[in-house]
Amino acid sequence: MTSVARRLPTVLHPPQAQNIGGFDVEKLRRDFPILKQKIRGRRLVYLDNAATSQKPQSVIDAISHYYERDNSNVHRGVHYLSERATEEFENARQTVQRFINAASASEIIFTRGTTEGINLVAQTYGRTHVGPGDEVLITALEHHSNIVPWQLLCEEKSAKLRVAPVNDSGELLLDEFAKLLSPRTKIVAVTHVSNAIGTIIPLRQIIELAHGQNVPVLVDGAQAVPHLTVDVQALDCDFYTFSSHKLYGPTGMGVLYGKSVLLDAMPPYQGGGDMISSVTFEKTTYNKLPYKFEAGTPHVAGAIGLAAAIDYVTGLGIENLAVHEHDLLAYATEKVSALPGIRLIGTAKEKAAVLSFVLEGVHPHDVGTILDQEGIAIRTGHHCAQPVMQRFDVPPTARASFALYNTREEVDVLVEGLQRVQEVFA
Amino acid sequence: MPDLRDLYQDVILEHSKAPRNFRELSAANHKAEGYNPLCGDHFTVYVDVEGDSIRDIGFQGSGCAISKASASMMTQILKGKSTAEAEQLFARFHKLVTGAPTENGGQPALGKLAVFSGVCEFPVRVKCATLAWHTLHAALEGKQQTVSTE
Repeated sequence: MTSVARRLPTVLHPPQAQNIGGFDVEKLRRDFPILKQKIRGRRLVYLDNAATSQKPQSVIDAISHYYERDNSNVHRGVHYLSERATEEFENARQTVQRFINAASASEIIFTRGTTEGINLVAQTYGRTHVGPGDEVLITALEHHSNIVPWQLLCEEKSAKLRVAPVNDSGELLLDEFAKLLSPRTKIVAVTHVSNAIGTIIPLRQIIELAHGQNVPVLVDGAQAVPHLTVDVQALDCDFYTFSSHKLYGPTGMGVLYGKSVLLDAMPPYQGGGDMISSVTFEKTTYNKLPYKFEAGTPHVAGAIGLAAAIDYVTGLGIENLAVHEHDLLAYATEKVSALPGIRLIGTAKEKAAVLSFVLEGVHPHDVGTILDQEGIAIRTGHHCAQPVMQRFDVPPTARASFALYNTREEVDVLVEGLQRVQEVFA
Repeated sequence: MPDLRDLYQDVILEHSKAPRNFRELSAANHKAEGYNPLCGDHFTVYVDVEGDSIRDIGFQGSGCAISKASASMMTQILKGKSTAEAEQLFARFHKLVTGAPTENGGQPALGKLAVFSGVCEFPVRVKCATLAWHTLHAALEGKQQTVSTE
């Protein structure tokens, strides 16, 4: 097969210092040990950050340090290690509180991730407030994790799931959203940033509209927190949930923020140890916030790792990361859309660093396999957002998503890889 | 290191661009749907069986190059074969794409299907290569449910 044998000259530029956004990307890359390795003989180009981000050495060290020196169960031992583990665990909660500017650390509930945060609210707030004929309002941009928990609730309660539409660029139609709000709406659940196509939604306006009708708003912040400064008090959102692993922290760890007035009134999610004050066979008294929602031994190392990740990104400045990632997105958008036969999916004016596309005549899965041979990791498929794919009438897409350690040179390697895909399928 | 040329052989690319028997069979007395949720491959396989012989076979749907070419070449090789031979070929094909040893003892030859031997170097693509065959199997068994390779 001659077309494959004829290689394009691969121009891998020597690493150059970049100071976009006021920081040196090549220097930062050295903080991430995984990036040093070669994949299939080539420098790893990791562009699957919307799926999960890589971890800096400081996060890896914080977790190792905990297991090497402080490992113990929290909130119960009188011994020294338990005290130290508890202190670190609770310090992590305060780090999260400061990070999203919650009014109190007791409003920070540790979860397994964004998905659990949404399920928690659907199964507690949702089950006590949504009844027959009521409605839950989401958007057409949601990840499956902000669709299915509400479908389960609606099915159980004979309620209805309503979906606010988007335009052809992937921007939320605010007027349509407003029209769908009604006295039947009991909760609004929206993604802050679309994982599939990168749209940043007008969250303040959505929250204002919903609050105008006395409807609380849950925000799925999984894709937002790594790229945007989030201030839950300024947003005035009622619930905000995100995952650690997309924020350079460990997997299996997440956060649910909720206004204490709402959390206090909600029934517990899971029963078990740590979420109780006293237990008899006749009656159990639940613990205070946030422990009421944290049954069982928590992911202590996860919380400590998440706090280290937050320290890492706040040390760099989220606003600096945003400038750098925005530059990468603009550069990648320009370079990739210049290729023949490319269609970008999602061209909203307000976008996070996600580039979703389809290549004419080539299935995204084939794109992914060929790029993988070049050491380039992207995501292909429906991105757990099948309704988004249906809206844009594409079965699956290829998605490159950027993080603080990506460079313009890596975008060039991606473009060369896509040219190679086109060669193979010429 | 696996070579892309082993996976995307010319014959495979050609079949993916111009699939054979890419049509709904009105005379089909067996049919099944196959779905690969990982990449969204989605095919329907139609079979017209007379006695125990496959008189005609076709497919429709969308998917990646590997799944489409596999479906196309499957329909080519199976026309005129018995249903028992079809099942034997599926078993041999499955061994081929998963890199398991294949023995020759009196079974129908894979012939052109040998171009899929490179798939075994790309384990995540095995599901793509076998989707049409799983779907065919379901169609012959008369199963109504959509087949999933997950």
